[in-house]
Formats: sequence, C-alpha cells, structure tokens
Amino acid sequence: MNNLFTNTGSPSFTEFLGAYAPDLLPTRAQALAAPVEDQIPHATTIVAATCAGGVVMAGDRRATSGNIISQRDIEKVFRTDDYSCVGIAGTASTGIELARLYRVELEHYEKMEGRSLSTEGKANRLATMIRGNLAMAMQGLVVVPLFAAYDPDRDAGRIFGYDVGGGPYEQRQYHSIGSGSIFARGSMKKLYRENSSPEDVVLTCLQALYDAADDDSATGGPDVTRKIWPVVAVITADGFRRLSDDEIAEYVQRMIDGRMTDPDGPTAPLR
Amino acid sequence: MSMPFGYASPEQIMRDRAEYARKGIARGRSVVVMQYADGILFVAPNPSKALHKISEIYDRIGFAAVGRYNEFESLRLAGIRYADINGYTYNRSDVTGRGLANLYAQQLGMIFTESIKSLEVEIVVAEVGEEPERDQIYRLTFDGSVFDEQGMAVIGGQAEAVSGRLKERYREGLPLAQALEAALFALTEPGGERPASAQLEVAVLDRNREHRKFLRLTGPRLQRLLDETTRPTPPAEPSPAPAPETPPIGPEGEIDTGSGE
Repeated sequence: MNNLFTNTGSPSFTEFLGAYAPDLLPTRAQALAAPVEDQIPHATTIVAATCAGGVVMAGDRRATSGNIISQRDIEKVFRTDDYSCVGIAGTASTGIELARLYRVELEHYEKMEGRSLSTEGKANRLATMIRGNLAMAMQGLVVVPLFAAYDPDRDAGRIFGYDVGGGPYEQRQYHSIGSGSIFARGSMKKLYRENSSPEDVVLTCLQALYDAADDDSATGGPDVTRKIWPVVAVITADGFRRLSDDEIAEYVQRMIDGRMTDPDGPTAPLR
Repeated sequence: MSMPFGYASPEQIMRDRAEYARKGIARGRSVVVMQYADGILFVAPNPSKALHKISEIYDRIGFAAVGRYNEFESLRLAGIRYADINGYTYNRSDVTGRGLANLYAQQLGMIFTESIKSLEVEIVVAEVGEEPERDQIYRLTFDGSVFDEQGMAVIGGQAEAVSGRLKERYREGLPLAQALEAALFALTEPGGERPASAQLEVAVLDRNREHRKFLRLTGPRLQRLLDETTRPTPPAEPSPAPAPETPPIGPEGEIDTGSGE
C-alpha cells in the first residue's frame, strides 16, 4: 500500500500499473502454448470520418469466431475522455481491456497534472500501448484500434490509425479498420463530402458500414428484427456524445428505405 | 527515580506534535464543502490558478485540503492512484469515498505516531450519491481521525468561526447559487469584503452529470453565478457605486503559495 504514497514518478497510469500490479496489464508477456486463431471472438469493422467542427465514429455490432457469430450486440466504440474515443478491431477481449486501460490512462494524466493531454499526446500514448502488445499479436491476439478526437487547438476532428507495431498514422478525412474496412473505405471514398454537417457524416458512416456488411461476412448490418443498431459517436466542441438507439433507428430507417429501391445504396455523380 | 536527560513522556510528544500541526493548519484560509440541491459544492479562497486546494479523485469523489501544499498534494496523488487502480481492477462503481477516507486515515495516523513531524494538513473526501441521502462528506485531521460530516464541513484556519456562520445560512437542498452565497457568507469575516471571482476556487460534484461528476466552475460561468448570488440579496437598497470592471491587479495581502508560511 505504501507504493501508493511513495511512487511519485510519471503521471502515466500504465507505468504505475506495470510497477504496482503488472499482472493487470493487458499486454502480459507470457507466451501462449499454441497461437490462437479463430477460436476466440474477433471484433470487425469500425469507420470514422471528420465533419464540420468534429468527428464521427461508428462500429458494427458483430463479433465472430471463425465462421461462428459469437455475439450480435458487442460494443466496439468506447468513450476514452470528453473529447476522444477509440474503436477496436481484432481480438475482442484484448481490445476491450486495452480500451479500458487507455481510458484510465487519459483520465489519470488529467487528474494528476491538472490538464488534458494534447491530441498528439493521446495518439502517441495509444501507439505505445499497441506496440507493447506486439508479442501477443504475433501469437494471434491482434488488436488494432482507431482513434478519433476533437482537437480544441484546431477546432477540428482528427483521426489516427495504427498497425500491430504501433503508429500513429494520422488520417485525413476518413478511415476504417477491421475485416470489412476495404469495402467501407471504398464506400466512404464516394460518399464523403468535406465539411458536411455531423448528421450527414453519421449517415455516410452508416452507409459505409452497410456496404461493408453487404460484402464482408464478419461485419454485421443493422439488425432490424432485433433492433440492434451500430454504435455511433459524435465528438464536437460540446464533447463526446453517443447517439441514442432511437436516433440511430431513424437514420437506419431512412437508409433502408433508400436501399429498398436502390439496393447498392446512393451513387456518386460520374461527372 | 531520576529520568534520563532529555526524556519526554509519550503524552507530551503527542501533545507537541498536535500543537505543531494545529499551528501549521491555522495559518491557512478555510475551505467549505457543503451539500446543495444537485450534489456537493467546494469553495476555497485561493488566488493561485495553478496550485489547487480542490481536486477530482474519481467519477463521484472530490478532494479538498488545507495546510502544507506539498503534503496534501502527495496525499491527493496517492488518492488518485488508489482510485484508478481499484476502478481498473474491479469496476468503476467499486471505488468509494469511504475506502479512500480509510486509506487516508491510516496514512495520516501512521505518520502522526511514527514520524517526528505530523502532516500539517486537514482534508475532506466527499462522494456524491444518486440521491442526496447517499452523499457522503468525510473530514480527516492530521492525526488520522475521521469525521463523518452531515451536510457540510469546514477545514482550515478559522474553521470554528466559519462553520458557525455557515450553520446560520445552511439549509438542506439549497440551489447552487444560494449554496455558494452561504459559503461565501461563511468565508467572509463580518464586515469584511467578499473575495472576487479571481480569488476563488469553486467546484461541484453534480449528480446530474454523466460519467465524471466533478466540474470546476471558473471564468464567466463562476462570474455569472456570483452575480446571481449578490443581486437578489439587497433588493431595496439603491445600487452602490458599481465595482470597477477591471479586476484587482493582484491579490491583497500575501499570496497563499500553499506552503503554509
């Protein structure tokens, strides 16, 4: 217990945890007897796009273990502080743990130092945590997050991508990760308009997720019968806001109505 | 029987230590922590914008302290580590003000009995509940005693006089502006001038907020609230000469650096 009072090193919670209770770190160093592959749940597609004065992130709700759908309503987009969120793709369990640790990490710094980390500082911190998981990633416990934040210094939303070795790679305009990301990115490439309102960008993201679910078996589309909708978060100067199910249901209904006559979704003008 | 040279009885040692700590704490200004309609209000006269006396510990838990800055700062940091590690190990709802108060009590008590010098601090740990009945305010003194306070707590220099004045104005479930008014009334000596907004550190634990309940009230927001507190009280009185718009150049008197000197 004395550790609590005498440890006066850095304001990083992860470093403190590594010294105080290393077993609690998600990036444990022990080797697995055999690489895990498809046996454990994997989280799939996350998309993010900037909007006027902020950023939108959306994630589907499916987790798969090989060809099995292991969960229909998993949540993969997490609020990490008032102005940022992460979405995770890859091994669901490690990803959820990582997101939880990351949230504490940001808050811990803020409370210790009396100020928030800069947006770049937050993005770099996440890169270090991902790199710490590299040994596990090589054994099959791969986690790749997508980080989105509102940057008060620029009054704009920013998006950062990662790979298993860390990062960050700042992405302009939009980005997607996970198994359906290729399809989602293709969709967003045609539907994204710079400086659109947050409402329009929410619809863009939902369209992209629908397109991903259309072509990727591991990505779940909106489940109309069970009323399971994608998780959508909007971050602006007012802070993080997760859209309520009723709000998303409205967006989804509008999208599905359109697709009833036009199954491939809206088309971009050719000229 | 002759006593060895330099002998002091344990009673004497404890009395001296307590006396020393009390003197150190009495030099600082008081801090008021009280319940209001939506949660718990913290008010501290503090000209420094960087050295806080009030702080967030966890989602529902706030911290206020008087005395030596370096001493209560290390307690504050330890409290944040305790809360974050427990919230991460178990669940965010498993971090309680009671647990934190116990941790502080042990540390303060241990230092009081084992060190040459006890800590010259007095602290408050407050936790906001879902309903007003479940709000908790713990006051801890330099020797590790814990007091479970009802509705309000005052720590620091003139704690008795301030709490006497606070009791006059305190009511259950006061709206925020009126609670702040009561706290400022208590913190101002009769006939004295109220501290300006730049001289105040004000924060709330608001049970209606999402996620983290702690919120610092600063700048225009605090100023609006202060205007609300002063305007309705003298309704008949003709408005006195308007206060100069420009804030005072610097704090009057010595700046409280938190060092307790």
